[in-house]
Amino acid sequence: MDSKNSQILSLGIHAAVVISFYALQYVLPEYHLLALTRIMLLAIFALGFNLLFGYTGLLSLGHAMFFAAGMYGAGLTVYHFGWSVPGAFLFGVVCGAILGFVIGMIALRTTGVAFMIVTLMFAKVSYLVIVYFTTYTRGDEGLVMPAEFRGFELLGMSISLTDSVTRYNLALLLLTLTMLIVFLLVRGRFGRALVAIRENESRTRMLGYNTFAIKLKVLTASAALSAMAGSAYALMFAYIGSSFATIQYSIDPLLYTLLGGAGTVLGPVFGTFSMFYLIDIASEYTSAYLLVTGIVLVLLILYFPKGVFGAIRQKYCRWLP
Amino acid sequence: MDFGPFLFLATLEGLVQAAVLCLTALGLSLVFGVMRVVNVAHGEFYMLGAVLAYWITSWISGNPAMGFAVALLLAPLFVGVVAYLSEKIILRRLGYDPEATIVATIGILYILQQTALLTFGPDARPVEPPLYFRVEFPWFGYSGYKLIVIAAAVILLLLAWFVITRTRLGLIMRATQFDRETAQNYGIAVDRVYAMVFAAGAAFAAIAAVLIVPIQQAHYLMGGDPLLLAFIVVIIGGLGSIRGTLLAALLIGLSDGIFSVFFSPTLAKMVSTTLVALVLVFKPEGLFGHRSRL
Amino acid sequence: MKQKKESSSTDVTGVSSSRRRTLKTIGTGIAAATAPVWFPRAYAASEPIKIGAQLHRTGIGASYGRWYERTATAAVNLINEQGGINGRPVELIVEDDGTDPKRGTEVLEKFATQHKVDVAYGTLFSHVVIGSSPRAGELKLPYVVCSEGHHVASGKLNRYVFQPGITDVRSQVISMAPWISQNLGKKVTMMFPDFAFGHDHRDYFSQAIAEQGGEVLELIAVPPTETSFTRYFPRIPRDTEVLYHVMVGPGVLTFVKEMGQHFGKKRPEIFGFIDSLEAVDLATPQLEFLEGTYFWEGNPRYAQADQSDFDKQYRAAVGVDGKGASLADPKDVSTYSHMFACWESLFIIKEAMELAGYRSVADKNAFIEAMESLQKFDEGLAHPQGNKIFNPKLHQSFGHQHISKVGADGSMEVVHKTSIEDGLYESDVDYTQMAL
Repeated sequence: MDSKNSQILSLGIHAAVVISFYALQYVLPEYHLLALTRIMLLAIFALGFNLLFGYTGLLSLGHAMFFAAGMYGAGLTVYHFGWSVPGAFLFGVVCGAILGFVIGMIALRTTGVAFMIVTLMFAKVSYLVIVYFTTYTRGDEGLVMPAEFRGFELLGMSISLTDSVTRYNLALLLLTLTMLIVFLLVRGRFGRALVAIRENESRTRMLGYNTFAIKLKVLTASAALSAMAGSAYALMFAYIGSSFATIQYSIDPLLYTLLGGAGTVLGPVFGTFSMFYLIDIASEYTSAYLLVTGIVLVLLILYFPKGVFGAIRQKYCRWLP
Repeated sequence: MDFGPFLFLATLEGLVQAAVLCLTALGLSLVFGVMRVVNVAHGEFYMLGAVLAYWITSWISGNPAMGFAVALLLAPLFVGVVAYLSEKIILRRLGYDPEATIVATIGILYILQQTALLTFGPDARPVEPPLYFRVEFPWFGYSGYKLIVIAAAVILLLLAWFVITRTRLGLIMRATQFDRETAQNYGIAVDRVYAMVFAAGAAFAAIAAVLIVPIQQAHYLMGGDPLLLAFIVVIIGGLGSIRGTLLAALLIGLSDGIFSVFFSPTLAKMVSTTLVALVLVFKPEGLFGHRSRL
Repeated sequence: MKQKKESSSTDVTGVSSSRRRTLKTIGTGIAAATAPVWFPRAYAASEPIKIGAQLHRTGIGASYGRWYERTATAAVNLINEQGGINGRPVELIVEDDGTDPKRGTEVLEKFATQHKVDVAYGTLFSHVVIGSSPRAGELKLPYVVCSEGHHVASGKLNRYVFQPGITDVRSQVISMAPWISQNLGKKVTMMFPDFAFGHDHRDYFSQAIAEQGGEVLELIAVPPTETSFTRYFPRIPRDTEVLYHVMVGPGVLTFVKEMGQHFGKKRPEIFGFIDSLEAVDLATPQLEFLEGTYFWEGNPRYAQADQSDFDKQYRAAVGVDGKGASLADPKDVSTYSHMFACWESLFIIKEAMELAGYRSVADKNAFIEAMESLQKFDEGLAHPQGNKIFNPKLHQSFGHQHISKVGADGSMEVVHKTSIEDGLYESDVDYTQMAL
């Protein structure tokens, strides 16, 4: 298949996914509507993570700090300064981007496992910062966004975040935007440079690329997307708390990504989706649903070692982004 | 309390913390060093060791030292077998791909943790130390068993150092670590070495757990912290370097302890964590190790 | 209501042996946790009232969660035995929140939209309750929590959230202060976890002890990630008369042991919240030094000399012996001090539903208003911990607190019981003014 056709085809597939998400809201029972809203936001987090991990080959174990930066950037400005939702949302994203840039300046001096550890440790520091300023953040207990900040006016429309259909469509909008951003980033020259860094960084450097600058850009973008997920999560579900900054939330996007397929656009989305329902369904049958999760993970990795979409790409369509 | 004794106590606690770190890191260092894979389930092998120690010591009545000795023997054996099997059944088939191994060991982590929850239950359980005495300093009292933990860490480190540098087994391990293919060409059964190393790493975690659990407590979620800390120690110390592991453990343990004298506790944790991260940034190959080849 | 009781007791006679069997299994752990709640056959035909229980089956709160589940199951069994609510059986639908606010919120949404429960019934850890509460308000799902945090009464939650079964921590703390300053000492050092729950203790106790003419010498906030505590003890000033400690989480046993090692015999008076040692046997080795120290208890773990009949029946129904341990396994110690909240909250839900003539989800507003019309709860089988007054504006109950002294074999004897008035505080929170 030539590259032009494949490009159109893959665009079509991704568009079809977005459209089916859109269509689902008319048929899904309410619970799944609520669940999918969360799944889409977490999928944004996973996509942001995957940009760094799947395409650039940098495994961060600290992405919870970017999610939390968005969450607290948005949540604290709403709570303490009464900012309206759009401003707070953007501020959250900016917080994540700045944190990503700063952490990148320091942590990108390392690679491989050292990078994993450094990001892990900075994430731990971020968690402690939230706890340390309990006076303002209420630490582990967290804060509830006041009800008067649940609605906002934008472009003449009044939007209420208490409405589940509105939230669903906003989450879908953000997810579509994220998929588009990732799609554009990884298709072009920049994307090829990322993959080149993943495969062999020193050779890429010898070819004249400033790999540090590229990695810094991609880490900043990855952090901004993760923060966008956190920011939206805080505003849509009206709660911020330090549990979202714990190591669990750094592992989750890794898990989603590996499950769905690292270095694919649809993989993290699929991974988030299946992890959620795996836990949700298994927990109805046993309190040891994480045991089921563990077994499924092991089986998946044995039979789909490149993740579900990685396997599909390898077997059927090598052109999938 | 006056500053002097305070600092003395902080140092003492830092040393205990360093000993705990050394003990938990040793097994991980072995696996990580030789096999070049991150075993996320390492902390759960540790937890398993502690839980088994609780079970064994509560079955064997009489002198707590008896139960403890049996636990020190049986728990690592059992944990080693579990690890050996999981290596054979799961990890080997993944070809030690770094990413796939992480997912698989996360799966193993959940399996072990939840099995412990189902069988052992959610409560924290104490384990009696084999011998208990209180060391009375002029300013404060201190658990004598904690000093024993420091001694045990030193002995185990020496043992590990001896095995790795002075025995044929160690030579085989080092050869495998250095270059897998060449080692294979020289007739080393790399698969068998890997299985043994993985089992030995887990058994080490269990030994550490049995030694440490009397100063902490057995709980099904206890595996998280030791994993992270051990991981950090291993990286900072440099792969496969016993000396590095020791120094990294001292650095982290003491900085954690001594900073807590000068700062409010949470701030101290923030400062010491940042500092350790910066050490890694400016010395990414670790304090003493060879450059990471991952 | 009395009539209803009589008519239903004839209903259950035919199957009462199966109830007994069910009761027996409570306390045997996982089997009980996953067993469906049993209904008398007579009203199996009528639709049950569904109560969605969000509980810590896994995660850091699992010790509590297991006992909360046993207590709730026992209460529901008793309610059903007494004829259910408005003649309908009660069904408890348990979902695990993993002691995590995110999962807790998801579970709450599941209750509202998939299980379509009448009432959600909450859990212990404050972050799960607080994280879930905005969604409860937006889904218009009544959410009755058993958490003891000062969050419902702080006014930051919403009209759908109630805490009627247990006194909040602010009230607990201030009711302790007079007795501490009069009997143990006026110079206090506090050790508490460096997060919101600990800060509530810090703020409200410091204020309360100052009002008693005492002072706090030193505040030692311990980071929540800590697993070893020895290095914090030197911060305790030498002239401390009372050490006040409240630690939570799986590391607490280590904390208490290390406290003993540090002090030996030369210790100040020690006053702690039993939260530090819930689900832990006080007869554990190295806890001997606790003899002669004092604990706050919500509900006394050891059956006291003046034990009420209600406490006896409550213990028997939940499956707990006179030492607060499981009847099935004496090593399995309950979270006795807190778990009465689960029992009492269910009876309060029943009371309000009967008051409102609750038939279906359409009567939700009537239920909320009925809850807000409650003023007091009398001691009885429905309220074995003691009588309480309920403040409808705060959505919060206020009850008696106990101070117990640890005896030789780890037993605990109540030495002081506070009055309800000791724990009252001024507040201008008024949930009843919020829209439904």
